[in-house]
Amino acid sequence: MLHTYNLQPRRPSWGIRAEARKAESTGHAIVIAPPPREVAISLNQSAGRPAVPIVEPGEKVSTGQPVARATAPGSADIHASISGLVVAVEERLVFSAHHSMETAIVIRGDGTDEDFTPHPVANDPMSMTPAEIRQTIAGAGIVGLGGAMFPTAEKLSCGARIHALILNGVECEPYISCDEVLLRYRAARVLRGAQILMRAAGTQRCIVAVETDMPEARVAVHEALETLNDDRIDVSQVTAKYPSGGERQVLELITGRQVPSGGLPQDIGYLCQNVGTAAAVADFFATGRPLISRIVTVTGQGVSRPVNIEARIGTPIAELIAMAGGYRGTPAKLIAGGPMMGIALPDDGIPISKANNCIIAAAPGELMETAAEHQPELPCIRCSECLQACPAGLQPQELLVACRQQDRQALESLGLPDCLECGCCDYVCPSAIPLTARFSLAKIGFRQAQLEERRALHARQRFEAREARLQQQAVQREHELQEQSAGVVSDSQIDAVMARVARDKNADTEKP
Amino acid sequence: MKFSTATGPHWRAADNVPAIMRQVLYALTPALLMYTWFFGIGVLLNCLIASAAALATEAVALKLRHRSIEVFLTDYSVVVAAVLLALALPPLTPWWITVTGTVFAIGFAKHLYGGLGYNIFNPAMAGYVVLLISFPEEMTRWLPPDIGDIDYQPLSWLQSIQYTLTGSLPDALTLDALTRATPLDTMKTELSRMLTVDEIRASPLFGDFGGRGWEWINNVIALGGIWLLYKKVIRWHIPVAMLTGLLGMATLGYLIDPATHASPGFHLFSGGTMLCAFFIATDPVTAAASNRGKIFYGAGIGILTYAIRAWGSYPDGIAFAVLLMNMTVPMIDRMTKPAIYGRDP
Repeated sequence: MLHTYNLQPRRPSWGIRAEARKAESTGHAIVIAPPPREVAISLNQSAGRPAVPIVEPGEKVSTGQPVARATAPGSADIHASISGLVVAVEERLVFSAHHSMETAIVIRGDGTDEDFTPHPVANDPMSMTPAEIRQTIAGAGIVGLGGAMFPTAEKLSCGARIHALILNGVECEPYISCDEVLLRYRAARVLRGAQILMRAAGTQRCIVAVETDMPEARVAVHEALETLNDDRIDVSQVTAKYPSGGERQVLELITGRQVPSGGLPQDIGYLCQNVGTAAAVADFFATGRPLISRIVTVTGQGVSRPVNIEARIGTPIAELIAMAGGYRGTPAKLIAGGPMMGIALPDDGIPISKANNCIIAAAPGELMETAAEHQPELPCIRCSECLQACPAGLQPQELLVACRQQDRQALESLGLPDCLECGCCDYVCPSAIPLTARFSLAKIGFRQAQLEERRALHARQRFEAREARLQQQAVQREHELQEQSAGVVSDSQIDAVMARVARDKNADTEKP
Repeated sequence: MKFSTATGPHWRAADNVPAIMRQVLYALTPALLMYTWFFGIGVLLNCLIASAAALATEAVALKLRHRSIEVFLTDYSVVVAAVLLALALPPLTPWWITVTGTVFAIGFAKHLYGGLGYNIFNPAMAGYVVLLISFPEEMTRWLPPDIGDIDYQPLSWLQSIQYTLTGSLPDALTLDALTRATPLDTMKTELSRMLTVDEIRASPLFGDFGGRGWEWINNVIALGGIWLLYKKVIRWHIPVAMLTGLLGMATLGYLIDPATHASPGFHLFSGGTMLCAFFIATDPVTAAASNRGKIFYGAGIGILTYAIRAWGSYPDGIAFAVLLMNMTVPMIDRMTKPAIYGRDP
């Protein structure tokens, strides 16, 4: 089968055209933040279970030293992002969807930023086997920096035949510009990472996807590509329309194929990685520093000087805000991520994680029109703008009805599990119905119900198995009884019974 | 520093239902002025009476249903329904007829089905059909357009108001002397009397395409509709499909026998064609959801409108066509639902 890729932009019928508001933060080069005085590194920084700490309070650590180990598939190693003293391993309020407390390793810096030696990497990755590269990447704690934090090494060892690596630089969500500046200023690193990832995945093709509204980044990638002279890598332009940068959406726009419902890109032979992830891989092989920092866009009208900062993992958000010139006025909201899928944070003392691509300090009235924010929720008037906007081909207006009726069968057939919670339906809804929140709640209920069903099924299977076993025993017993009553009891059998009775008697008398 | 933690998404477009309804009213304003220009103050009066009755009915219904009167009364949706109904009524309509239609439209067609967003039938059209069936005579008594060479002395504003409110006309004037059939009505009755289209069109009631005055009204309504398209309040699918359906049928008839079939232009620029295409059929609540569905829905209205005009017993078929297609919406929606990503390749 011949694989072709759309290198020219294709306009999707779905999605929304929101103002990009990226120019504010792309004006300057990436600011490299000095190591902060203290970091709080969450143990929950992967798609899987939290890592298990391997250091204790009072222990001295250096920059890049492993401080927690992956426990299960989906989990990733965690490293000290500064050198200094571990002062606590305790519950902290960290960045998560539910504002939950998580265990974090708190390190007080000694100001030296001394690297952990020895560097695990000495070899040229191109002389390593794919398995060795994957192992090395796993040791660097590298996870998908697009936000999902799925361990990169695990994604690379999916075992499927990969036609192409899709390097996703389509940063479709408004405000966020960390991938754009990465491509603008560090395109060579991204491409180097692409080469390593291609080798690790065993593919000879790579498509770097950029957005149509980031011409400087595109030029930078083309220039780097010319220097590199690697004809396996191509650049594809994707229409700037939210959410064209979603993994499934970008794949569809570039390859024309859809990932099966409930499946992964690997199932149709593609591997998607964020451009930041590729740069992290290249950095690790070049410097030996594992994933201890990332680029964060700090923007919004609530900060004085929007900027992109390369910050150590675990740095408190307040310090990044200070680097962006501090607050301007009193912001109404502090959002981690973009305005569409981001999470409103309760406090700016929260440390950044590997998933934090953007911090928005939104001034009052900046995001929600003041009138719209106070607009009461009205009934759905079936205008079907949500249906036009949905990138998953769902009908939110019908899903809403099924949610209200708690009709699980309808929710299933209407594709609730395929909802990617991008928020497009909310954005266009003239009745101000919180659709995404409803769907996200319904999805949780849906999964719980499925789990319960499965549990009930197991219980029933266990019950039935036990019933069958008892039945069988009963039949056997009856059979034995019949045999016994039918047959003549021999002398030896009587002797054996008598001997056992005597033994039991002895045992009884010995006991007290 | 502490911040509020409302759930996302944190950004919304500024569109909202009251704004949409207001824009629809703005788009109707030029047409309203045009109607008044040609047919006198009665049209405006109908709009006022219908709006007042609609707001009152809505308030009572909301009260009975324990809903927020403040929120729903200010969403302008009842006013839109009332104005659309009023535009379908003859300029000289006694107030109680207008009120009856409006009360039915808002109280029965809208609120008995669950209020805003839940009604199956277009309230304005349901109200109009009730009046059409209950008061057939009053509903066909249109005025001729107020154009110089038509032999007709229009009522003064005061006289119009007096008739609408009290039902009494100035001495020496009868309703029959004042009112005429609409061009669509004339076309229908005269065709049934075996006259040819050309003979019928010789009457001063007819203009270049449709009825005199009516063509202008339809033009202005279409302009308002195009403004709504430009403002993205409506999508093109329903108007284009509806007009194409009507035009297609009319062209077919015209090609078969131009003597017994009115021209496609006549159908496009007569009666409620443009009002239906841009303002009535595009009511989101009662229309099909997907773009493909909207095309089927719109085309169905166009075809049925022609069928009723040409072969039915009513001069204009808009209201019946819309209500009939309202019934098919659940089926259209089911047959034209979008493909879910990754499920239906």
